[in-house]
Amino acid sequence: MGIEKFKELDPIYTQPYDPTLAEKLYNPEKPMENRITDIGPPYFWQFMPPVIQKNYGKWVSHEIIQPGVLKYKSETGDVVYVVRCGTPRLETTDYIREICEIADKYCGGYVRWTTRNNVEFHVTDEETLKALIEDLKNRKHPNGSYKFPIGGTGAGISNIVHTQGWIHCHTPAIDASGIVKAIMDELFEYFGSHKLPAKTKLALACCLNMCGAVHCSDLALVGIHRKPPLVEDERLEHVCEIPLVIASCPLGAIKPATAEVDGKKKKTVRINVDRCMFCGNCYTMCPALPIADGEGDGIAIVVGGKVSNRITPPEFSRVVIPYIPNEPPRWPTTVKWIKKIIEIYSQHANKYERIGTWINRIGWERFFELTGIPFTEKCIDDYRLAYTTYRTSMHFKFTKHVDEVFNAPENYKVELFK
Amino acid sequence: MGEVKKHDTPKVDQLKTGPWPSFVDDIYSYGEKHKKQACFDIMGQMELSYTNRETHWKHGGIVGVFGYGGGVIGRYSDQQEKFPAIWAFHTIRVHHTAGKWYHTSALKKLCDMWDSRGSGIVNFHGSTGDIILLGTVTDQLEPIFFDLTHQLHWDLGGSGSNLRSPACCVGKSRCEWALIDVQELDYELTMAFQDELHRPAFPYKFKFKFSGCPLDCVAAVARADMSFIGTWRDEIRIDQEAVRAYVRGELKPNAGAFSDRDWGPFDIKKEVIDLCPTKCMYWDENEQKLYINNSECNRCMHCIAVMPEALRPGQDTGIAILIGAKAPILEGAQLSTLIVPFMKVEPPYDELKDFIYKAWDYWMENGKNRERIGELIQRIGLNKFITEVMGLTPIPQHVRVPRDNPYIFWKEEEVEGGWTRDVAEFRKRHPA
Repeated sequence: MGIEKFKELDPIYTQPYDPTLAEKLYNPEKPMENRITDIGPPYFWQFMPPVIQKNYGKWVSHEIIQPGVLKYKSETGDVVYVVRCGTPRLETTDYIREICEIADKYCGGYVRWTTRNNVEFHVTDEETLKALIEDLKNRKHPNGSYKFPIGGTGAGISNIVHTQGWIHCHTPAIDASGIVKAIMDELFEYFGSHKLPAKTKLALACCLNMCGAVHCSDLALVGIHRKPPLVEDERLEHVCEIPLVIASCPLGAIKPATAEVDGKKKKTVRINVDRCMFCGNCYTMCPALPIADGEGDGIAIVVGGKVSNRITPPEFSRVVIPYIPNEPPRWPTTVKWIKKIIEIYSQHANKYERIGTWINRIGWERFFELTGIPFTEKCIDDYRLAYTTYRTSMHFKFTKHVDEVFNAPENYKVELFK
Repeated sequence: MGEVKKHDTPKVDQLKTGPWPSFVDDIYSYGEKHKKQACFDIMGQMELSYTNRETHWKHGGIVGVFGYGGGVIGRYSDQQEKFPAIWAFHTIRVHHTAGKWYHTSALKKLCDMWDSRGSGIVNFHGSTGDIILLGTVTDQLEPIFFDLTHQLHWDLGGSGSNLRSPACCVGKSRCEWALIDVQELDYELTMAFQDELHRPAFPYKFKFKFSGCPLDCVAAVARADMSFIGTWRDEIRIDQEAVRAYVRGELKPNAGAFSDRDWGPFDIKKEVIDLCPTKCMYWDENEQKLYINNSECNRCMHCIAVMPEALRPGQDTGIAILIGAKAPILEGAQLSTLIVPFMKVEPPYDELKDFIYKAWDYWMENGKNRERIGELIQRIGLNKFITEVMGLTPIPQHVRVPRDNPYIFWKEEEVEGGWTRDVAEFRKRHPA
């Protein structure tokens, strides 16, 4: 059975798929008959190429030969070359089959994916490497997009970790795949090059559940709402557990209530709209509190997070743009700001400085000035530990913001001394 | 197969162009080739979402397979008449392999199965790590599960209030910095806790992630309730000749990660010594020799990453365990916090399993409904979690800084004379 730790490829994979077998084995009358459970995933060892098996734990160093192409050296003298390619993550079995075809042709049938959803092909000699790279470059979708762009290494922009969006989720405020495609098209040059001050990780989450890596990325997008949920009084008591709904609110904005619908008393809830910050968690708990809204919903941009311990500790990303409207199918305003932030960062940061490290050096006031992102009160924290984000020192720089607000008589002085 | 009904999707179609791989072109090509109505209907519904700027999936959906409480995410379209082929469009989470290595014979068989029983659309991979089979109907769930287990020896991943599918970085299979065998650890713990993974028994979800070194390539510190990160406690190994080769410009800093921009010649002082967060390094220009005061090193990996040919982590390796990372809902985002600075681990990892059970036992008993362990630690206090729950002795490494307020709890038994006092006795000394 599958629980065996196969060091060699499990022979089951050499047998063709039988599309009729399950119906023979599964008897709805006796559902527990023939049922196999708790076998876990296949043991990884059987899926690793011979050179990887042989040199497991024996690697001594590596080198990035060119963007997207790595070379690893083992203490045994063996080398392995890796070609990393971008993928859209959302794909079809035909796309996976094409990856398999490439892996069969050049890599002995072995392939792996990275933690950022890039795909990696492994070869052991330069000639095969050359042929593989050439082949990958020439594979395109019918309308011209690259199927397997090579890159994602070093000081560039790798794949965007993202979520389901409108393709499969019920709570998103924005799409995922479409926005990612629009951004990666615009930042494509950075995927296949090493010209940034440090690696720059992008992520997207379509609501503030933040599935994935938004809260700890250099530059990330999160879907937000700006209207309180609708309350379906006639349906709520039938489909929701009211105490669960009340407990789901981070700000205590929901209280139980009774409403009259068609002369009948119904248990429901009321939302204190002044306390609601539109997180949507009550809708996650209760289908009778829909919150999505075409006009209200949009994107917040956060910057400066990281997970690595390199030089500085891991850090959260911070909100710098609180709202950009949804603009399908290409989200031009979002793409424009993302590109602007990358360019300003690229121009000003020192070598090895991640976006957050750079901002910590120059100060947030300088970041807002350099990027031209308008600073608003929306970026000032007002949740629980907000105090820790205030500036309780005389350490600040005079940027244009001070001039504009405090030195211009037409606003500050006039207002204050009238 | 009959003819398929195509929808007009002018907005979605605009995502066919541009250099980045187009999921739209892929899904349409697949739909045409296999005559799959679901592919056209999903793009049709996407177009509607692009017009309305709102999702068209109904709330929730509880489906699954017998014997398990999770692994399948139910989903129904709210436009079932317009897009009948996606009226139900459930997702199957298939547990990825540790390190995400595959052989094509297994992948192709998985594809054959999914062509036959699903939409043909997938995610490689979901953020937690699973292979996502995106879109099938309820009737197909049991046959898919039977195919997976009988014909592919492959199990579902986790969903719901349970242990989710653990994940790791590439580890020793292809990284010289892997300080622990993350793949083996991932696999062993996955197998040890199959019950906790398939049958939700927790107050809320719980995730494991394993990174081989502090660079944390699987983002364990941010995306796992229990984060296992490799580290070492002896000395960084230095090849002085290789260091000199970097200084002479013969080797590319950071393995060539900065190759497309002129950052000037490599300057070891500026790029390594001065950036060391603990300033524990010294480059002796005369001797042409690098010194590291290892007792002051916090193992951030920077110098090693800049000079991979010259510097290697130590050989006395183990794991650090950090606990409590989570996304914002409900009480705000958290990174995992250091609980165990160093632990030696060897298969079958019994000590580690005991540690995990200890945390789970308390959380399962005391965690509130939908309270992540990180929030539980916030609620009861890290000090109580370390001492009373985990039975550990607190050490300075447990905090970034000591507390600044004097609102300190003492237990009655810690205080001389206890808390039972007689006010009459007090008044004898201090008349009112």
